[in-house]
Amino acid sequence: MALPAYAGPLETTWYYTFRFLCGCIFLFLITPILVIIPLSFNVEPYFTFTSGMLSFDPDAYSLKWYEDFINNTQWTHSVKNSFIIAIFSTILATILGTLAALGLSKPHMPYRSLMMGVLISPMIVPLIISAAGMYFFYSNIGLSQTYLGIILAHTALGTPFVVITVTATLVGFNHSLTRASANLGANPTTTFFKVIMPLILPGVISGALFAFITSFDEVVVVLFLAGFDQRTIPRQMWSGIREQISPTILAVATILVMISIALLATLEVLRRRSERLRGMTPG
Amino acid sequence: MSETADILVKFDSVQKSYDGETLVVKDFNLDVSKGEFVTMLGPSGSGKTTCLMMLAGFEPATHGEIYLDGVPINNVPPHKRGIGMVFQNYALFPHMTVAENLAFPLEVRGLGKSEIEDKVNKALDMVRLGGFGDRRPAQLSGGQQQRVAVSRALVFEPKLVLMDEPLGALDKNLREEMQYEIKHIHENLQVTMVYVTHDQSEALTMSDRIAVFDDGIVQQLAPPDELYEKPMNAFVAGFIGENNRLFGKVVSIDGKFCQVELEGGGGMVKALAVNIGGVGSRTTLSLRPERVTIGAAKGATENSLSATVQELIYLGDHIRSRVRLTGNSEFVVKVPNSHGHVHLKKGEVTQIGWEAEDCRALDA
Repeated sequence: MALPAYAGPLETTWYYTFRFLCGCIFLFLITPILVIIPLSFNVEPYFTFTSGMLSFDPDAYSLKWYEDFINNTQWTHSVKNSFIIAIFSTILATILGTLAALGLSKPHMPYRSLMMGVLISPMIVPLIISAAGMYFFYSNIGLSQTYLGIILAHTALGTPFVVITVTATLVGFNHSLTRASANLGANPTTTFFKVIMPLILPGVISGALFAFITSFDEVVVVLFLAGFDQRTIPRQMWSGIREQISPTILAVATILVMISIALLATLEVLRRRSERLRGMTPG
Repeated sequence: MSETADILVKFDSVQKSYDGETLVVKDFNLDVSKGEFVTMLGPSGSGKTTCLMMLAGFEPATHGEIYLDGVPINNVPPHKRGIGMVFQNYALFPHMTVAENLAFPLEVRGLGKSEIEDKVNKALDMVRLGGFGDRRPAQLSGGQQQRVAVSRALVFEPKLVLMDEPLGALDKNLREEMQYEIKHIHENLQVTMVYVTHDQSEALTMSDRIAVFDDGIVQQLAPPDELYEKPMNAFVAGFIGENNRLFGKVVSIDGKFCQVELEGGGGMVKALAVNIGGVGSRTTLSLRPERVTIGAAKGATENSLSATVQELIYLGDHIRSRVRLTGNSEFVVKVPNSHGHVHLKKGEVTQIGWEAEDCRALDA
């Protein structure tokens, strides 16, 4: 959006002010994330920049917190837990959320908005309330302090994202395609895997991604439900701040940021590629 | 034609209601013979598409039974009916190539790879799209997509093909071209077709028989010429082709003819008694514009009335003349642009006449 030739002084001023404000907002959002990256290389066990770091003295930087992260069994255990829990809850949330969205998009579905409200409520209800509720409920049925309990809790939190993204994809879905498929002799299962699934896949993938990230950085429910064995990365970071005040958590945070960026970039590349293959966008 | 063995589709007193209160289709009966091209024609909301959807299996019939080749199919799911269908918006699978679209019905039927390839190529050649197999539907024009949809509905050799306003999205020239193409495919393959449209010229061009729908009821089921020349009620007369209407009261009935007194003191008219009540009942007279002679001497035709010329529109092959009779200012006469035709002027008073045989007295 270039400045048009007829712009007066007022427009020109506003044009540059607007750009400046946008820049400030970006900076505000990204600085806390960026600042941890250099700090994670601090040789001193401090959370602030030392004078050595500011004068770019190579001795002020080190990889010791990364070494600590790799060699500390508590951390490696939490990484394993995080991935196990996130992967299984993502699979469950994706399956359940996709099925729910398909059902809710049927034209003659009764109580549609009521069911939609119930399904997406974990996203709206304050997390601490859900967590407290789950704590009492899961304790009664013996699911607290188990992997299954946390996976199920994270599934409930991740499902709304899948429901919403898949429902959004289905809005543009041409329902005569399923009729055409049936008419051509495909049974409902074949229709689902050959016709519906390929077309709603972008929505399913982005929903799954949201569900994965929700589980991966969730700490409140884990605080309530997890025992020592089920500690995830965020839970470990939380106790890292409270108990040890070790810059290891900065190293972990940096690694997590890198993983997130890599994950998003990969998915975006995949999504564009599949869209191009399916001829939905030109080029 | 009406022998039971030759009947492929039979609707037996079928009713349909979506909300359990209002009937969208009221008592629908239809026999479609093998190899026939039957069109369901009607305004939107008349129930014609609903009937097609019931036949395809996408909507259950509320009452009555539908038979396919003598077998009741109310409880047969759509994917087991083996009926081909062309959808209104083509419904081609956007994530598959043209060839994959055509191969889809063959793959789900478990055909071998080489056989599928063979049939797909044949089907593409049939609609003159050979070499387009690797394209995606989005890369084709509307007419090409339409032809893919038609060939996909035919590639698995169904006994019956349904078409739901398949030409609605095409422009006029392409639509006419496709009408002939579909008609030729029908003639060449001898496949039975049930076609739904709201476009009467489409129906007249293509069909063996047309069922005219209105208000959930078949108003008339007849071949195109009979429908145009011998409409059985005022709706059909008004819906098919151009039609002049005159309102009046039956004064006397004499065998197949009747005398009708026109409303507003327009005088007496002799008409063919087609669909009227007894003496004294109201009636609508239906008269095709091309059956009216203009400037005829009194007595030269069985009916003769004086009329004032209101408007003349030059259309090349004929001149459309709108004249005013007593009580009807929308009366249209087509004056053919032949050698020595009558030259009219606006505001001129002239005589119009027609034969009683061409004037049909229908329901009010």
